[in-house]
Amino acid sequence: MPAASDGGASSPTRPAAVTARGWGWRHAGRSRPAVHALDLDIRPGERVLLLGPSGAGKSTLLHALAGVLGDVNDDGEAGDSDESGSLLIDGGAPRERRGRAGLMQQDPETQVVLSRLGDDVAFGAENLAVPRDAIWARVHEALDDVGLSHLPLDHPTSALSGGQKQRLALAGILAMRPGLILLDEPTANLDPAGVLEVRDAVGRCLDKTGATLVVVEHRVSVWKDLVDRIVVLQPGSASDPAVLLDGPPDRVLAEARDMLAAAGVWVPGFVPATRNRASDGSGDLLLAAEELAVSRERPRRRRFKSIPPVPVQHGISAQVRAGQALTITGPNGAGKSTFALTLAGLLAPVGGSVSATVDLSQGAGIDPYTWKADQLIARIGTVFQEPEHQFVTGNVLDELMFGPRHLGRGEERVDELLERLRLTELVDANPYTLSGGEKRRLSVATVLAAHPQVLVLDEPTFGQDANTWAELASFLSELLDDGTAVVSVTHDVEFSAALGGTELRLGTTEAVAS
Amino acid sequence: MRQELTLRGNQALLTRANPLSKFAAVVFMTVVLALSIDWVSASVALACELLLFPLAGLTLTLLWQRGWPLILAAAVGGWSTSILAPDSGRILLDVGIWSMSEGSLELGMGFMLRGLAIALPAVLLMSCTDPTDLADALAQKARLSHRFVLGTLAAMRLVGLMAEEWQTIGMARRARGVGSRGTPLQRVKATLGQSFGLLVQAIRRASRLAVTMEARGFGGGDRTWARESTYSRLDVWVLAGGSLMAMAAVGAAVFAGTWSFVGG
Repeated sequence: MPAASDGGASSPTRPAAVTARGWGWRHAGRSRPAVHALDLDIRPGERVLLLGPSGAGKSTLLHALAGVLGDVNDDGEAGDSDESGSLLIDGGAPRERRGRAGLMQQDPETQVVLSRLGDDVAFGAENLAVPRDAIWARVHEALDDVGLSHLPLDHPTSALSGGQKQRLALAGILAMRPGLILLDEPTANLDPAGVLEVRDAVGRCLDKTGATLVVVEHRVSVWKDLVDRIVVLQPGSASDPAVLLDGPPDRVLAEARDMLAAAGVWVPGFVPATRNRASDGSGDLLLAAEELAVSRERPRRRRFKSIPPVPVQHGISAQVRAGQALTITGPNGAGKSTFALTLAGLLAPVGGSVSATVDLSQGAGIDPYTWKADQLIARIGTVFQEPEHQFVTGNVLDELMFGPRHLGRGEERVDELLERLRLTELVDANPYTLSGGEKRRLSVATVLAAHPQVLVLDEPTFGQDANTWAELASFLSELLDDGTAVVSVTHDVEFSAALGGTELRLGTTEAVAS
Repeated sequence: MRQELTLRGNQALLTRANPLSKFAAVVFMTVVLALSIDWVSASVALACELLLFPLAGLTLTLLWQRGWPLILAAAVGGWSTSILAPDSGRILLDVGIWSMSEGSLELGMGFMLRGLAIALPAVLLMSCTDPTDLADALAQKARLSHRFVLGTLAAMRLVGLMAEEWQTIGMARRARGVGSRGTPLQRVKATLGQSFGLLVQAIRRASRLAVTMEARGFGGGDRTWARESTYSRLDVWVLAGGSLMAMAAVGAAVFAGTWSFVGG
């Protein structure tokens, strides 16, 4: 009767203890275990940052603690997975400790369950059979704790920003009164303001409830001051222990700073070295936007007239020059991506114009939006934020050949790109099975294989580890020196600094504020 | 662009009725109208339904936005019935194999009015019913499995997201050289590829959402409900209103002598 006995709104949270003894897990259909022989003790109320290279099993451990491991893997397939040793919360199996742990994942869209704010917070408490009156008391308290109490309970959850969605997820977890809070890269998809929003809300809630925290995140500086212990995992094997390092943040960072940086972890105060620009890139004008108004929505038809959508941003003028970097910055909702997609000929301008100069268009017409798809990719390449959206074939090599084949060109550039972006070993792999960094490198390579003169990137460094980040920045600086124009939408100050060039800052408009 | 699964400020009276009683009233109307093909019962029912618009917070503009496929289907059905049905009475229009007579026009009108009268209650129901409230009523009052009901409700939220994702994937594929413009065959191929991309993303999203729900304790045995689904006096009125409208439609048709039972 765990739920009924602590049903009161004011009942204190009991921090949970975690014990792992020789624990291992192999996902269904994989030959290697994701975690092997893990020994770990986390005392009640401890706050642990979990680090390690990709493939070290950090997410697997979090999912196991949340009691959601085993039924289906990420591709939705059921299968025969394998568990060894023991992993316990308060001395019991996580699956039998429903509600003792709450999990927040990376993608804000899938952290929301219901359509109305209050209902979504109540969802977990309902599932734990908390009495109705106690649920609403908990909902109000949780919304207050995460700083969303100014919104009405029937506020539509779809109208929240990414940072607000993650805070809502935290409220939903808090309403369950868990003794263990598990965060799996909770801020990887958020802009800098959203990151701080979520981090601060987590800090406040921990101070109040005293719950145990385990967070996985490779931006160490965000969480360093909030945690009191860092545990570094390494990919499991028979000879090495699963835990590589374990101790207070300052000690672990002092001892293993270089090793962590080499493994791609963002240790505080460390900006990976990137290639310097060789030229200043004041090249020919390729593409210009004049008084541009942009929106993702299409014109609506009403009473036989076409009504243009309300633009998210208007009055944008910008120039794209060969060998020059243009960085588009600004707050969330300012229409940065929408502008970039319009500039790239993928969205029709709502007002104003995008015009390609003769150097770029080479007979294809002035407005990139009117170009055929194969004309477009040979001139302007666009790399989307989510690499998976752009995969069109079943293996890495076909993926790279796709553009050149379409254009009836040779494949000489493909080998060079494979080599340069370290994809040679992966030519037969299915693009969907690659790691996050590999997917990013592949998506850049596939677009470049068509040899465009302008490259447009939407948040290329989101959620990337320091190694992929440095590779990408260096590679783009080479491209720039070779005369390609690079337009990137980014919140990443270090990234824009590495590329140089000019910055276009978009502000919010009234259309966004209303 | 993203559809919100809430009523967006609709404060009309019928939003406060229990979804199940509204559903029952809709079933009464629909069943009765399906029994006969005459224009009197259909027009009476249609008139009653139009009177209900303000109570459901529905306007003609909203009706057209949400129900235009149904309205078009009714109009097309009525038109084709009037020109294709066996002629009787005076011939009004004769163009080759198509002819319209008084009898066939009456049949066609009856068909169109009935189509509208059957479709409108469903539009009325949806316009004054919040999906979350409907789910609550189905699980708490109709005793449907809460796993099924809440799973469906959560999945419906993803449908709106998928509409956005469809557009993004379309652009992302154009940026790879897959044209959505071109010959019909090329377009079909492009649409198939785009659908596959969307399917992959939908499955990933759905499995992540399932993890979120499971991690919040969903799928266990007993659960409580933060929102209690209740019946009130209003629901008596809704049921009575539904039955009265159905009876009025039948009564008027019998009185006018136009009632023609479908089975007979």
